[in-house]
Amino acid sequence: MDHLDELEAQSIYLLREAYHSFSNLCMPWSMGKDSNVLIWLSKKAFCGKIPYPLLHIDTTYEFPEMLEFREWAQKEYDLELIVKINEDARAGRGSYTTSVGYETHDPVTVTHELKTVALQQVMAERKFDALITGIRRDEDSTRAKERYFSPRNAEFEWDYKDQPPEFWNQFTTALEPGEHIRVQPLLDWAEVDIWRYIEREQIPIPTMYFARPGEDGKLYRFRSLGCWPITKPIPSEATDIPAIVAELMVTKTSERAGRAQDHHERNAMQKLRAKGFM
Amino acid sequence: MANKSLPTSDFRSPTSPKLRIVIVGHVDHGKSTLIGRLFHDTHSLPDGKVEQIRKASEAEGMEFEFAFLLDALLEEQEQNITIDTTQLPFRTASREYVIIDAPGHKEFLKNMITGAASADAAILLIDAHEGIQEQSKRHAYLLSLLGIRQILVAVNKMDLVEYSQERFEEVRADYTEFLSKLGIEPLDFIPISAKLGLNITTSSPELNWFSGSPILEALETLEISAPPEGLPLRFVLQDVYRFDERRILAGRIETGSLKVGDEIMFWPGGKKSRIKTIELWNASVAPTVAAVGEPVAMTLEEQIFVERGQIGGHPGEGPAEGREIHASLFWLQAESLAVNTPFTLKIGTQSVEGRLVEITRVLDSSTLEPLPGSPAALHKNEVADVRIRVRKPLAFDRHDRISGCGRFVIVTGKRIGGGGIIREAEYAGDQTVTSDNITWTISPVTREARVEHLGHRGAVLWLTGLSGSGKSTLATGLEYQLHRRGLASFILDGDNLRHGLCANLGFSPEDRTENIRRAGETAKLMAESGLVVICSLISPYRADRENVRHICERDGIPFAEVYVNASLEVCEARDPRGLYKKARAGEIKDFTGLGSPYEAPETPEIEIQTGVRSLEDSLQELFQFAVDLSRSTEQAVGGELERGSGI
Repeated sequence: MDHLDELEAQSIYLLREAYHSFSNLCMPWSMGKDSNVLIWLSKKAFCGKIPYPLLHIDTTYEFPEMLEFREWAQKEYDLELIVKINEDARAGRGSYTTSVGYETHDPVTVTHELKTVALQQVMAERKFDALITGIRRDEDSTRAKERYFSPRNAEFEWDYKDQPPEFWNQFTTALEPGEHIRVQPLLDWAEVDIWRYIEREQIPIPTMYFARPGEDGKLYRFRSLGCWPITKPIPSEATDIPAIVAELMVTKTSERAGRAQDHHERNAMQKLRAKGFM
Repeated sequence: MANKSLPTSDFRSPTSPKLRIVIVGHVDHGKSTLIGRLFHDTHSLPDGKVEQIRKASEAEGMEFEFAFLLDALLEEQEQNITIDTTQLPFRTASREYVIIDAPGHKEFLKNMITGAASADAAILLIDAHEGIQEQSKRHAYLLSLLGIRQILVAVNKMDLVEYSQERFEEVRADYTEFLSKLGIEPLDFIPISAKLGLNITTSSPELNWFSGSPILEALETLEISAPPEGLPLRFVLQDVYRFDERRILAGRIETGSLKVGDEIMFWPGGKKSRIKTIELWNASVAPTVAAVGEPVAMTLEEQIFVERGQIGGHPGEGPAEGREIHASLFWLQAESLAVNTPFTLKIGTQSVEGRLVEITRVLDSSTLEPLPGSPAALHKNEVADVRIRVRKPLAFDRHDRISGCGRFVIVTGKRIGGGGIIREAEYAGDQTVTSDNITWTISPVTREARVEHLGHRGAVLWLTGLSGSGKSTLATGLEYQLHRRGLASFILDGDNLRHGLCANLGFSPEDRTENIRRAGETAKLMAESGLVVICSLISPYRADRENVRHICERDGIPFAEVYVNASLEVCEARDPRGLYKKARAGEIKDFTGLGSPYEAPETPEIEIQTGVRSLEDSLQELFQFAVDLSRSTEQAVGGELERGSGI
C-alpha cells in the first residue's frame, strides 16, 4: 500500500463507521475538489451506492460553472441532493431586517448567515445527527486540531479546549441531547494528496481549478472555491494536474489565501469555526 | 492579509508518508523549546518569523526563547487559548515529519494519548539537571501501553550541568534501569541543549565526548510503522450491506491477507463459509486478493449469519474468545471508574456492556510498584491491571500478538473514558490438558450436525437462588414448555445430584464447590449433546458459578445465569419442605441464608423476582429467554438484526 492507498483506506473506514453509528447523517457538498473526493470515497466505501443524502448550502453567490457541475454530478453519481438557501436572510424577512449579501455586509457576516445559519436551519428541519465534512488539517491552524469524529453542541459550538479523547480508531459516537457529530474523513490528507488522488482515480472536478486567461490576458486558476464576490484566482500556468502538483511544491502562499472571509479580521477562521463553520 | 502563522506551505507531501513523532517528558523539561528549535534549525518557519518574535520579546523586556516560536505557531500568545492536540509539519532534505503536540498541562495526558496513539516514534525528554521526574516515568509507561517501540531519549539542558559526561551517564543509567522494567529499550540517549541548539542538527564541540548522532540524524534513522507482516488473518467486520441480490460484508483487514476461495470463519461463534467475491466499485477487473490494511467488501458462497463486530479469520488461526479480559488500563476521565459500574467496552468494531470485576493492582507510576490496599476505583490519570467481565462473548487477541485486536476503549456516559491492552488470551488449540496421557476423542458428529438434527443448539440455564425461591417450580414449568415446543431439554436438580453423582459430598465450602463443579461439567456435556440443560441448584458462591460459566464458554456452550430472586422472608414463609423451620431449630447447620452466606449474582443474564411477579409471567419470560438462547444463529439470517437492506 502506498501513501494514497493508506489515506483512502482510513477514509473508507471512517465513512463506514459513520454510516453505522448515526441513523440520519448527511454529507455537505460544495462541488469543490475535496467534496468530490468525498463522493468518490463514499462510492468506494459502499460499493457504488451512497447511502446518505448530499447537501449543498447555496449562498446564491455561486459561480455559474459550479452550478452546472452540480447538475451534471447529481445525474452522473445518482445523488440524493438537498439544496438549501437561507431565503429569509437573502430576502430580509423573518428575523432579518435587511437583506444579507456581499453588496451590503462584510464577508464574515455573510459567510456566517448564508452558510452556517443556513446549515443550522436545514439541520433543524431534517434532524441530522451527523455531518460528513471534507475539511483537512493542513488547510488552517484551527482545523489542525480537529478530531475525526468531533462533537458540536446544540448551538453548533465547538469546544476545542476540551475535546474528547480519540485513539485506536475508536470515536465519539454517542450524542448528548442537541449535539451532532462532524465526521471528517479527509483530516489526514494534504492538498497535494487530494490532487494526486484526483489524478490517479480520474475524478471529475470543475474546470475552474485549471489555468485560463483572465481579462488582462494573463493566466489564472482557482486554488480554492467559494462565493464569487470573495474568491480570487491566483496567477498560475497550471493547466493540468501534474502542473498543479508542481506548483504546490514551490508555492509560499497558503491554500485559502484567496478566500476573503478567512482574512477579513484577525482570527476570523477561529471565530467562524467556533460558531459552527466547517 | 498575512498568512496564518502555521507553516501550511510546508505540509506539501511528496510521495512518501510522514514520520509521526510525539515529544513527551516532565513539565518544563524543554518540550516546547525542542520543537521550536527543530522548526528553526530545519528552516521550516515562515520567513521573518524569528525576527518578529525576537522583536516582540525585546519589546516586552524578555529574553528570546525558542519556546516562543512554538507558541507563535500555535497562535497561543495572541489569543491566549489552550490548544488541543495539534500536528506540526516540518521537513528535512530527506523526508517529512509531523510533530504531534499536546500543549497545556491540565489535559495533557488525554491529548497526548490522542496524538501519541498514532505516532511512529517518541522522544522522551529529560532535564539533565533535574533528572528523572514523575512524568518522565508516567509518560514512558503510557508509551509502552500504546505500543510505541521506537524511542529516543534526549537529555536536555546539558548547558546547566556544564556539559558533564558524568551527569549524562548517571541519567542514562537511572533511566535505562527504569525503562527496562517496562520492556522499553531506547534506540539512543542523546545529550542536547535545545535552548542553545547543541546536538540538534549537528554535533557540538561542547559535547565532543559524545560519539553518537545529533537529534536530527537520529530521527532520520527511524522507520515509519508498517503494517505487521506474517500474522494470521483478522478481518474486522464493520457492517453487512444488502444491495439487490448481494449481501456484502464490509470491513478492514487488520492483519494477514485473504483471497477468493478461502475458507473464512467468524468469531465469536465460529460460523464458517467461503469467500465468493471481493467487491470493488469502479474496478475494471474484480480483485481476487486483499492484503493487510485494505478496506474490503466481500460476498460469501454460503449465507451464514454474521454481524458487525465479528472477526473473520482462517480456521485454526482465529482469535481468542471469552467473557473475561485481563488487561492494563489507563483512565483519563475526571469521574473515577469504580468496580462493578457498568460501561461499554469497544474493541475493533465490537461493542459490549461490561464492568470491572477487580482492580488487581494500581501502579505507582514513579516506582511501578503496586499501591497498597485493594482499590475499589480507578481515578483520573491512573494506570492499573484489571479484570473485566462483559455480557456476551468477545473475540480478541493478546495485545503483544495482534495489537489491533488486543486493545480497547471504555465508554462511560457518552465519551471515551480510558483505554486498555489485553495481557492474556487463551487460544483454542493451546488449551492445555493437565496430563499428557489424556487426549480428547473427537466425535465424527459435529455440533453443526447436531443442531441440524435437533433444530436448536444446546445451552445451559443455571438457576441460582435461596432454598424456596422457586427454582424447582420454574425449572419444571420451563422444561414442560420447552418439551411442548419440541426442544430437547433436561433438568439437573441439585438435590437429585446429591443422591448419586455427588453422594460423597457434604455442605462444607469445599464440598459445595466440588458439587457445583461436577454439576457444571455434567451440564456442559449434556449441552454438547444438544440438550437445553436447566440446572436448579442453590449454588451460593459467586466464584463457583463463574467457574461453571467458564467451563461452558470455554467449549462454546451458551451459558446463562438465571437469578431466581425472592427475599429470605418470602422464602422462609414459603418453606415448602420445612427446611427453614429445621434450620431455625438448629437441626440443619450451614443452611444457606441462615448459617451460611448466599452471594447474589451481580450481573445475571436474567433475573426473575418470584416474590413480586406471578408464576405465569415469570415462566413466560424465562421460556422466551431460553428459546432465544438455544436458537441456532443461522435461523436469525434475514431477521431484524440484518442492517443496511434499505440502501
